[in-house]
Amino acid sequence: MIWSSWSDFWHMGGYALYVWGAYAVCLAAMLAEPWLARRHRQRALRVPTHTE
Amino acid sequence: MSQSIRWFTFAAPSRFYALTAALNPWLWALAIGLAIAGLSIGFLVAPTDATQGDSYRIIFIHVPAAWMSMVLYLAMASWAALGWMFNARMASMLARALAPTGALFTFLALWTGSFWGKPTWGTWWVWDARLTSELILLFLYLGFIALQSAIDDVVRGDKAGAVLAIVGAVNVPIIYFSVKWWNTLHQGATISMTAAPKMAQTMLLAMLLMTLAFWAYAFAIVFTRAQALALERERDAEWVRVLRAKA
Repeated sequence: MIWSSWSDFWHMGGYALYVWGAYAVCLAAMLAEPWLARRHRQRALRVPTHTE
Repeated sequence: MSQSIRWFTFAAPSRFYALTAALNPWLWALAIGLAIAGLSIGFLVAPTDATQGDSYRIIFIHVPAAWMSMVLYLAMASWAALGWMFNARMASMLARALAPTGALFTFLALWTGSFWGKPTWGTWWVWDARLTSELILLFLYLGFIALQSAIDDVVRGDKAGAVLAIVGAVNVPIIYFSVKWWNTLHQGATISMTAAPKMAQTMLLAMLLMTLAFWAYAFAIVFTRAQALALERERDAEWVRVLRAKA
């Protein structure tokens, strides 16, 4: 194990802002995108977009 | 027009929908499993880098995102071209479905690169050949999305997007070779990272696992979006009515 404690891990050798700043945005984006795409598909399934 | 021709034209999207609906749960599971494996190795096994400290750990998302940004662009341009040449509607839908994900990975490559550049180069941004050509890639994606959404006629939109995507494809080799062609601040190819062999191996393994995770993610998300587009475009087709009745 390369970290001695959790705080050591979160501290990321002094690069916490950069490492977690990069990962947080990446995670947020990759959670938001599937959510949006699924909602898009759900809407396409529910609403007949035009009437005859 | 005879019923058989109508069915022939609608066959491809309906088959695409059924196939991707079966594949997607596996792709999501694969993406999550690979990401957990990659991040576990990247954060718990891979040691601290001798020169960059722990800031280098951004590499596990930065390089896969950058690779995906280029691969997805080429995929988008190829599907757009196929859709244009053969009037293949599912191909054009795939091109449209690829664009937002490609744009997202391009943004993430730039964002994570910026957060890596600050501690290692001392700056968030520099107008270097690699960074500038990657920024142009983001604008190409956004231009493709904007152009297609601005044209109401779907077929015309597909064609206009195809022209833009194909012309813009010239940027991809420029990004890839920019670190060789110009004297850039950005480092060269990551695979040649000079470190102790054992150290490089765990770093490399984590990066490759994350790349595979991003691939699986990209397939799953693009399939989901293409399904939505197919449902919208084929809204009067029998297979969509059936799915709608079940939903």
